[in-house]
Amino acid sequence: MSGVEGFMYPNEVGLQWSVLIVLYPFITGLVAGAFILASLERVFRVEAVKPTYRLALLTALAFLLVAPLPLQLHLGHPERSPEMYFTPHSTSAMAMFGYVYLWYLMAVLVLEIWLDYRRDIVLLSKSSKGLLRLIYGVMTLGSSNISERSLAIDERVGWIVTLVGIPSAFLLHGYVGFIFGSIKANPWWSSPLMPVVFIFSAMVSGIAGVMLLYMALTRLRKEEIDMPCVDTVAMYMFYIFIIDFSLEMLDLAHRIYEADESFRSLNFMVHTKLYFSQIVIQIFLGTITPLALLLATQVVKLPEIARKRIYVTAGILALVGIFAMRWNVVIGGQLFSKSFLGYTTYKMGLVTREGLLVAIALTLLPLLFLWVLVKLLPPWAEKGAPKAVAAD
Amino acid sequence: MSVFKDAGHLFRFAGLFVLAFLAFLVVRHFVVPKSFGQYGHYRGAAIGEIAARPVKFAGHEKCETCHTDVMDKKKDGRHAHVNCEACHGAQDQHAGDPSAAKVVLPDTAVLCARCHTASAAKPKGFPQVEPADHSQGLPCETCHQPHNPGLDTPKTDTPKTDAGGAK
Amino acid sequence: MNISRRQILILLPAAAVAWKSVLAGTPEASPNYKMSDHWWGMLIDISKCIGCGNCVRACQTENDVPDGLFRTWVERYHVSDENMTSPEVISPDGGKEGFPVAKADEGKYFFVPKMCNHCADSPCTQVCPVGATFISPDGVVLVDRTYCLGCAYCVQACPYGCRYIHPEKKVADKCTLCYHRITKGLTTACCEACPTGARQLADLKNPRDPIHEFLKTHSVQVLKPQMATGAKVFYSDLDGSVR
Repeated sequence: MSGVEGFMYPNEVGLQWSVLIVLYPFITGLVAGAFILASLERVFRVEAVKPTYRLALLTALAFLLVAPLPLQLHLGHPERSPEMYFTPHSTSAMAMFGYVYLWYLMAVLVLEIWLDYRRDIVLLSKSSKGLLRLIYGVMTLGSSNISERSLAIDERVGWIVTLVGIPSAFLLHGYVGFIFGSIKANPWWSSPLMPVVFIFSAMVSGIAGVMLLYMALTRLRKEEIDMPCVDTVAMYMFYIFIIDFSLEMLDLAHRIYEADESFRSLNFMVHTKLYFSQIVIQIFLGTITPLALLLATQVVKLPEIARKRIYVTAGILALVGIFAMRWNVVIGGQLFSKSFLGYTTYKMGLVTREGLLVAIALTLLPLLFLWVLVKLLPPWAEKGAPKAVAAD
Repeated sequence: MSVFKDAGHLFRFAGLFVLAFLAFLVVRHFVVPKSFGQYGHYRGAAIGEIAARPVKFAGHEKCETCHTDVMDKKKDGRHAHVNCEACHGAQDQHAGDPSAAKVVLPDTAVLCARCHTASAAKPKGFPQVEPADHSQGLPCETCHQPHNPGLDTPKTDTPKTDAGGAK
Repeated sequence: MNISRRQILILLPAAAVAWKSVLAGTPEASPNYKMSDHWWGMLIDISKCIGCGNCVRACQTENDVPDGLFRTWVERYHVSDENMTSPEVISPDGGKEGFPVAKADEGKYFFVPKMCNHCADSPCTQVCPVGATFISPDGVVLVDRTYCLGCAYCVQACPYGCRYIHPEKKVADKCTLCYHRITKGLTTACCEACPTGARQLADLKNPRDPIHEFLKTHSVQVLKPQMATGAKVFYSDLDGSVR
C-alpha cells in the first residue's frame, strides 16, 4: 500500500483529521492568547501594554469568527452541527464546543468590545451617514446614553467580564487540549499535560500575533511604535514561552524515562517522519531560536532598532513554531499505527475541501475580518485629533 | 431609579440573550427527534432502522429446509460444520424465490485452494496440500465430493484414484 | 358500533401505549425479540483460524462495506523465538482473498481475526458529541447514520482501529454484529461463512449459550486489556505478541 511502512490496521491508513484540524486549535489559540494580553491591562493593570488593548480584542474577535469554519469544512455532515446545541453528549469534550464558543463570543468578547467602544459607537452613529449610520445605530441597541455614570457602569461591568473572560478563554482553548489529551487509545495525545501545554502555547501565539499586528499597523499609520509597550509585551511573551517550553520538555523527559509500550514506535516516528516538523521547525527554529533572541533583549541593553528587529523575528518564528506544534500533535498522532508496528503518510490535497489552499485562505480570512473591524471600530484615535478618552 | 437609567443599555443586551434563549428552546422542541433519549443519549428509533436492514446470507437452516439430500450427505463427513453459504456465497435471494435467483456453482480451483493450500501459517492439524503436487492439475471434485469430501465416499461417476489424499 | 364506557377505559390506555411505541419507532425487529434478554459478544478461537478470508468477504457482501475499508479483517502474525515482542504482521487487503503461502521457519505463525469489540465501556461512544453512536440495551455498539456528523472523533478514540468514515455516506461506520441478523435469530455473516468454527456469536445473557461452558474450560483473552474497554470479543489461544 502506498505510503505505508510496516503494518497498520487496515482502517488506519488514511488520516481522519486534516490540516484544517491543525488550523482550528491554532486559531482558537490566537483568540485565547490575544484575550489574555488584553486582560493584562484590564485586570492586572499593566499600564504599559495599553496601546495594544483594543487591537487585542478586535484580533480575538476576528479570529473567533473564522474559528468554526475549518470544523464545518471537515464535517461529513455540517448541516447536522446544530445537533451539538440540541443534544450535546455530556461525556464528550467536543460537545461543549458549541456552548463554550457561543458563551465566549457573546458573553465575553462581543460584550467587552461593546462596553469599551460604546461611547465611540454612539458618537459615530450620530456623525456617520448612510449604511454606516444604520450599522452603528443597530450597535447602540437604541441607547444613546453616554453619561459619566453610564460609562462608569460600563467600566465596572467590563472589568468583571474580563475577569470572567480569563477562565473562559482557558476553557475555549483548553477543551481542545482535552479533546486530544483524554484519548487513551492514542499515546501521542493521551496526557494530562495536553490542555496546559495547549493553553500556554496559545498565549505565546496570541501575544506574538498581537505584537506583530500592532507593530505593522502602527508603521502603516506612520505613527511611532510605543517601545515601552512592545518591550513589555515581548517580556511577557518571553516568560510565558519559557513555561510552555518547560512543559513540553517535561512531557518529553517523562516519555523517554518511562519508555512504555508506545515509546519505541513514537521515538522512531519523531526521528524520521516528524524530524523536520518537530525537531527542526518546532523546537529549533520555532522555540529555541526565538527564546534565545528574546533572552538577548532581556539581559543586554540593545538599541531600539535592534530590539524591533528581534521582536519581529522572534514573533514570526514563535507563530511558525506554535503552528508546527499543532501540526505535530494532530498529524503526528495519526502517522503511527496503534499496533505500534507501522507508519503511514499524510497526503494533503491542494484544491480539495480540506486541502492546502483552503487552509491558507482560512489563515488569511481573519486578517480580512480584522481589517473590517479596525475600520469599523478604530482602536486608536486619528492622527492629530484629540485622543478619544477610552473608558479608563 | 438612576441606576436603571444609566444601565438601560445593559438590560437591552441581556434582553437579547433572553430572547435568543427562548427562541432556542422553541426550536429545540421541534427539532430534536421524538425517540431521542428513549434508551439512552441517542435516537431510540435508530435501533429499529438498523435491525430492518436487508439480509443477504440466508443462513444454513434456511438452505436445509429444501436441500435435505445435501444435508444427509454432509452430516457425517468432514465438511459437516461448513455452512452452505461459506462456499456458495450469499443466497438469501435464492432462498426467497428459488426459481427466480439461479445459483452459480463456485469454481473449485479457486475455492478449495483458499482453505486447503498448505501453508506454514495454518494450524498443523488442518488438512492442507500442495496443489501442484497433489492432483496433477486435475480439478478437486475428480476425487472429492465437496459436500462430503472424504475419499471413502462414493463418487457419482469418477473412480477413486490414488492421489495421495489429504490427511 | 356501540362502545361501552368500560371498553373505552380499557382501550384508551392500550392505544396510548401503542401510539407511544409507534412514535418511538419499532425497536424489536422480530416480534419475539426482546433486547433485555440478550447481551451479545463473540468468541474467536485462534487455534481454529486458517486465514481463508471467508469472514471478510461475507461481511463485505452482507453489509455493503466499501472497498479498502473493513468492518472485520484478518491479520497474520509471525513471531520468532528471539524477538517475541516484535512480531511481523501482514493483512493484505484485510485478508479478504486469504494470505500468501508461508514458508516454515523457526518462528510461529497464526491468524488473528479482528472486528469491533462491542465494548461495554466503549471509549468511542464516550466521545461522540451528539449521541450518534451508542451501545444498544442488548450490548451492540451501533451508529445512527441519520444523526452522525462525520467528525471522526469516535474513529480516533477506538483503540482497535475498527471504525472508519464511509466515503459516500460521510458518516462513521463499523461492524454492527450483524444486528439485522441476530435480532432475527440468525448468526452474523462472518460466523455463518467461517468454515472451521473459529468465530462464534455469543449471547452472554443466555444461560444455554455454549460460550458459558467454553469460558469455564478455557483461558480467554481480550485485545488491549490495559485499556479497560470492557471488550466483549473473547479470544482463545491469543498470543501475548498480538497488538
